Amino acid sequence: MNPKDIQIQFDHRQAAHCENGVTANLLRFHNIQLSEAMVFGIGSGLFFAYMPFLKLNHLPVISFRPWPGMIFNRTNRRLGIRIQRCKFKDPGEAMEALDKNLEKGIPTGCLVGIYHLTYFPKAYRFHFNGHNIVVMGRENGEYLISDPIMEGVEKLSYHDLMRVRFAKGTYPPKGRMYCITGIPSSYDLKKAIVLGIRQTCQDMLRIPVPLFGVGGIRYLGRRMRKWPRTLGPKKACLYLGQTVRMLEEIGTGGAGFRFIYAAFLREAAKELSQPWLNDLSKEMTEDGDRWREFAVIAGRIFKDRAGVDESYGVAADILVDIAGREEHIFGKLSQITLD
Amino acid sequence: MKKHEVPQDNEGLREGKALDLYYAVDENGNYVTVPSCGWAPKNAALLQAWEVIHEKVEEARQQVLQGRISPIAYYMEKNIMDVKLLASYIGLPRWKVRRHLKPSGFAKLDEKVLRRYADIFRIPVDALRNFREKPGKE
Repeated sequence: MNPKDIQIQFDHRQAAHCENGVTANLLRFHNIQLSEAMVFGIGSGLFFAYMPFLKLNHLPVISFRPWPGMIFNRTNRRLGIRIQRCKFKDPGEAMEALDKNLEKGIPTGCLVGIYHLTYFPKAYRFHFNGHNIVVMGRENGEYLISDPIMEGVEKLSYHDLMRVRFAKGTYPPKGRMYCITGIPSSYDLKKAIVLGIRQTCQDMLRIPVPLFGVGGIRYLGRRMRKWPRTLGPKKACLYLGQTVRMLEEIGTGGAGFRFIYAAFLREAAKELSQPWLNDLSKEMTEDGDRWREFAVIAGRIFKDRAGVDESYGVAADILVDIAGREEHIFGKLSQITLD
Repeated sequence: MKKHEVPQDNEGLREGKALDLYYAVDENGNYVTVPSCGWAPKNAALLQAWEVIHEKVEEARQQVLQGRISPIAYYMEKNIMDVKLLASYIGLPRWKVRRHLKPSGFAKLDEKVLRRYADIFRIPVDALRNFREKPGKE
């Protein structure tokens, strides 16, 4: 049973972050040209959460992104684009539904786990279930995969694709897939930008739990200062390593998405004709550079493991400084209006 | 971050695949994307995470050889799993999986369940029955 080949004219482009890339690539297929940064901004992809009581592999959850699927959902909702999303119980059924979509010529996004993703470099394969790819056809019984992290088009066998779509663990993808079903005759990009910015301000400033947004960064800083004492040197090191991995994980575009967001603000300034956003873009870039300083110091701590006590304090100070900067940036940004 | 500041610290972690796009500022203050082959602090964080895993895997290997845990327990560590994750892959309750991690429970496993475990770990069934893993990172 070798199913027939399916070729969809799909323009695969690499992106910094998987979900931005998938969303931008799918929109381009439907003749809506938006940059990755634009998609990230409209979809309110910037976030921060520190949840020390939730553990992943015995390490606390530190996240610089919202739930997988949010960017795609919000971007399309704000542009008035109709989408279809579904999840499955039965793997066979999930693959059948995907095949049906492909036969209709619809490139389809899938949420997958990266642990069994065969084309990924070994060192990066952890049990992480928030990766997005587009299945864009079939060739010689293998599926053609547009993975925004990769330079070229990759391939997966039927079984390998089924395996990653039904990865288990934290937030299992359950075969989740999504596609665009309807494009409006016109859309209001300006309004979408403003809505996206407002939501990010909301997420960063006004969630009334101090684990999220600016409050979360400050909280992490306060806790970090005490790590060598409360956790012991070895565990403190691991916690710090986890922070850096989440911050600079593949697909953040550098500094936990801060640089992508700065790029978005620059584009938004032009699109909305509001030059004051350029200044905030610059501030955001400086803020991103501070995050990178933090990563350098953290890197030094877990490489040398010597004279670390005061270094944790220095790293924590940077985080507190960052929290202040971002509070200022988003405070100003939250005043945005359409004109 | 300026365009020329985009780090290029290749430590062979990505098998020659360019995976990172950075957003950096060019001479005119515009944002451009620049590919990167790695960054030292990031590589160090990744290597640190693997070091912990390798330690656990080696410890598990020793324990299998001493007959204290079953090969399934070793491959669970090797696949960076815990009982919860393994149980959800195999579709059995955790207490049953825990039993299979002990040599006594492992000995009672029938062919069918053994094959399911092998399939999850992507190894031949024989590798479970005749444990012959060597030390090392691969």
